[in-house]
Amino acid sequence: MLYLRLFYEFFKAGLFAVGGGLATLPFLYDMAEKTSWFTSDMVMDMIAISESTPGPIGINMATYAGFTTAGVLGSICATVGLVFPSVVIIIMVYKILEKFKGSQLVQSVFYGLRPAVTGLIAAAGFSAVYPCIVRLSGTITPAAILSGIQWKAVLLFAVLYFLIKKYKKHPIVYIAASAAIGILFQFTA
Amino acid sequence: MKELLDLFLTFARVGGLTFGGGYAMLPMLQKEVVEKRHWATEEEIMDYYAIGQCTPGIIAVNTATFIGYKTRGVLGAIAATAGMVFPSLVIIMVIAAFLRNFAELEIVKNAFAGIRICVGVLVLNAVQKLWKGGVVDRATLVICIVVFAGMLILDVSPVVFVIGAGLAGWLLKKAGGAR
Repeated sequence: MLYLRLFYEFFKAGLFAVGGGLATLPFLYDMAEKTSWFTSDMVMDMIAISESTPGPIGINMATYAGFTTAGVLGSICATVGLVFPSVVIIIMVYKILEKFKGSQLVQSVFYGLRPAVTGLIAAAGFSAVYPCIVRLSGTITPAAILSGIQWKAVLLFAVLYFLIKKYKKHPIVYIAASAAIGILFQFTA
Repeated sequence: MKELLDLFLTFARVGGLTFGGGYAMLPMLQKEVVEKRHWATEEEIMDYYAIGQCTPGIIAVNTATFIGYKTRGVLGAIAATAGMVFPSLVIIMVIAAFLRNFAELEIVKNAFAGIRICVGVLVLNAVQKLWKGGVVDRATLVICIVVFAGMLILDVSPVVFVIGAGLAGWLLKKAGGAR
């Protein structure tokens, strides 16, 4: 039964992939090898599509794989499978957390966790943006870095930073404007 | 019922407007969940992120489940998660059915080159808010810098840093308390 297999395979990914959407990748490659649902080349396409559409990357991948394998119902089975373990585990964690929230131990652990999360998110944001600001090819020399700087991108970054600080509009306003600017000024050129 | 629908719609908005994975979702969550709805505080979101990093599954879903459960119990958790997932399901199905070469289109590439920069600025702005809540003294400053540099230089899972930082927090407080 294909739907059940889809649910089961993505359930496994949801249960064992620790650390966010891209952690599901090894499971997808494993599925590409073991099943005839998709090839490992298609996993690359899935990553590209996931990254150019809204929503969590893991969910996008499950939906795409489920749909190409078994249509609408397939994509629902794969996505529910992926999400199911998280929902159960997080509800359990929440209950435990509520019980020990006031304890000194939990407080001390979060004292260390909060700056770590700040660092993690900063690093993730940095690695996503860096390739758009500086494009490097071949050997890395100061001259190569200087000529690799994308001035259009730097300018957009600076202007956006100023606007976001000044006007606290909904993030989607800035995202839509940036998409339009990217198209208008051909940012990949 | 109304609150469940509210959870579904709010998280559908967060899921449908987030480009680029869990970390890019943070500015949306700060706006929709913290500022507009007051379902969680800035610090709680941070704690959920940390837990979401070291529990299995997708961080966006883990965070949605946390906030949904906190607001409205098991049904709330399901409503928030369903909302988070719904836009992806629809958008990806349309693309998989009609636009297999979506990511190759020139217009899409250009739009995303712009969006990626915007997400970077939004994340930078979100990080500044987190900084105020998380980096409170010299020890936490060191933790933040070590994790940032470690993530960029070393090829290890974020889980390692989360567990390490939790341990460090425990040891630091223990040493401080014994003084």
